[in-house]
Amino acid sequence: MTVFEGIGKSRTGIVGFDELTLGGLPTGRPTLVCGTAGCGKTLFASTFLLNGARDMDEPGVFVTFEERPSDIISNVKSLGFDVEQLVDQGKIYLEHISIDPSELEEIGDYDLEGLFLRLELAIDQVGAKRIVLDTIESLFSAFTNPAILRAEIRRLFDWLKDKGLTTIITGERGDGSLTRQGLEEYVSDCVILLDHRVQNQISTRRLRIVKYRGTAHGTNEVPFLIDQDGFSVLPISSLGLNHKVSDERISSGVEDLDAMLSGGGFHRGTSILLSGVAGSGKSSLSASFAAAACERGEKAIYFSFEESVDQTVRNMTSIGTDLQKHIDCGLLHYVAARPTFYSLEMHLAVMLREIVRFEPSIVVLDPISAFMGSGEQPEVQSMLLRMVDFLKSRGTTAVFTHLMHSQAGTTETDVGLSSLMDAWILLLNREIGGEFNRELYLLKARGLSHSNQVREFVMSDRGIKLLAPYIGDGRALTGSMRQSEEARARRNEVERRAEVARQAERIKHRRRKALAQIEALQAELDADEIELNKVTDAEDMYLEQSAMDQQEMEKSRRVDG
Amino acid sequence: METNETLEARGPKKLVLYVAGETPKSLAAIKNLEKICAENLPGKYVIEVIDLKKSPHLAREHNIVAIPTLVRELPTPIRKIIGDLSNSEKVLVNLQVSENE
Repeated sequence: MTVFEGIGKSRTGIVGFDELTLGGLPTGRPTLVCGTAGCGKTLFASTFLLNGARDMDEPGVFVTFEERPSDIISNVKSLGFDVEQLVDQGKIYLEHISIDPSELEEIGDYDLEGLFLRLELAIDQVGAKRIVLDTIESLFSAFTNPAILRAEIRRLFDWLKDKGLTTIITGERGDGSLTRQGLEEYVSDCVILLDHRVQNQISTRRLRIVKYRGTAHGTNEVPFLIDQDGFSVLPISSLGLNHKVSDERISSGVEDLDAMLSGGGFHRGTSILLSGVAGSGKSSLSASFAAAACERGEKAIYFSFEESVDQTVRNMTSIGTDLQKHIDCGLLHYVAARPTFYSLEMHLAVMLREIVRFEPSIVVLDPISAFMGSGEQPEVQSMLLRMVDFLKSRGTTAVFTHLMHSQAGTTETDVGLSSLMDAWILLLNREIGGEFNRELYLLKARGLSHSNQVREFVMSDRGIKLLAPYIGDGRALTGSMRQSEEARARRNEVERRAEVARQAERIKHRRRKALAQIEALQAELDADEIELNKVTDAEDMYLEQSAMDQQEMEKSRRVDG
Repeated sequence: METNETLEARGPKKLVLYVAGETPKSLAAIKNLEKICAENLPGKYVIEVIDLKKSPHLAREHNIVAIPTLVRELPTPIRKIIGDLSNSEKVLVNLQVSENE
């Protein structure tokens, strides 16, 4: 930033403009603001002056050559500036210089010293640091001698520069030149061109920095906006690709969808595209994202370009999601506007402003394809790119829905957005066997391993469910065909189980029989054992008896003998 | 008309010449005006010279932009002649025309 040290800058307080010019208008130098009638020159100038006086302690003088001071006061009153109060406080002085050519006669040489004296008086009165000349060109219609006028205007600008006043000079756009009277040749430091274009019956205001000496500036046209909040400039791509990323996972509100991603859910701050044909469930799924955020106690904004809030609430209630309670407790902000209601820039500006104000953690745009009718493709693309960048830079999760007109070329979107998106969910509505079934594919999820399998997308009063399809015969079946296939599989299973039970019974029976046989044999064995014991006992007794008989015999022989 | 005549009858009317400092243009204008009045309109006008350098708020009050400016407030309508009044015929025409009203 050392490059810019040479030039001091005075903030204008105009939203976006100070960022665009890296600080505002060149301090102590004149800036020419030119454009066609009604493009906002006077508003730009007065915003610069009034912001300076009110917020930056830089009093100012508004020199009006055309409008009466009372008109200017009432014009900016609606934007929240109380000029009368600033005048009373001595921070603003309105100098009305009106010259009626009909009462003037020029005889001989003259100069505009009277103008200088009046400006000096006004400047000294409030201690002005800023001055607006709106528009000095009207002097050319009051005085007939352009040579004197040009010399005096040149002297005036030099004088203002010497006094160190940050000046805005407004000028009406001329044919082939920036201003009718060629004021640009006197102002060499900073030239800003305002433009007001109508395309497809929708008007767009644009601002371009034609020249800004001594500072880097983009020469791109930048859209700007005049609404109840005044003048705001919307820089297109002041945002780089250096946003922080989050590893945190957030739920989509559909458990089955979270389960398709390893780790459960999408990364916070990613951009998620939901594309699909009509009636494929885009809005329901995106509303579910928003509702899930609200359930977590986070804020969500839902921008709808096709449905009103009541319609969405009713439709979501039918699938078991109560959005109304989130709206009531202030967590969900629902903004509905037709795409043709504003120009693209206006839409973008309104959305950015709502986002900045509400600070949601998730933003839903439903559907972005609606813009295709209100602008050329590059414009729509650039607007959405800005939106994506803006949300990424804030770490806000973005959900975009996109209506596809045909399912044939499902791998590209009209606005060529798919490559900008971190995650892409494709919703199809397929006819099989005389019925339409919704299918969900997770085509892409950057940085997340995810299921590549199709899911059947089922919405009921219990919410959104994703069912794994029946895979058989080399194809995935959904709907009734899935159900009949599943029923058939269930029947087969029952039969198989019965068969297993029968077999087990048979084996058990056989086993019981074997056990009975074993028992009989054992009994036989036991009987034999008893028999054997009896035999050996008899033998022992016989042997004992015979021994005793022997003794008896010997005994009797001895007696005889 | 009657008011004009009565005013005229009361005496010389006032011509105010606004200048800013003693610049050549201012000095020339004063000189030219005095000469015109003395030669062509004796006694009809009194000349007042106001130096706006000394009292700039008068420039705001009387809506003076160019210097030198000669203002003839009466008779109405107000006439403003800017420049160093180097063309006395034109000056006379401008003052005379309104006098004939």
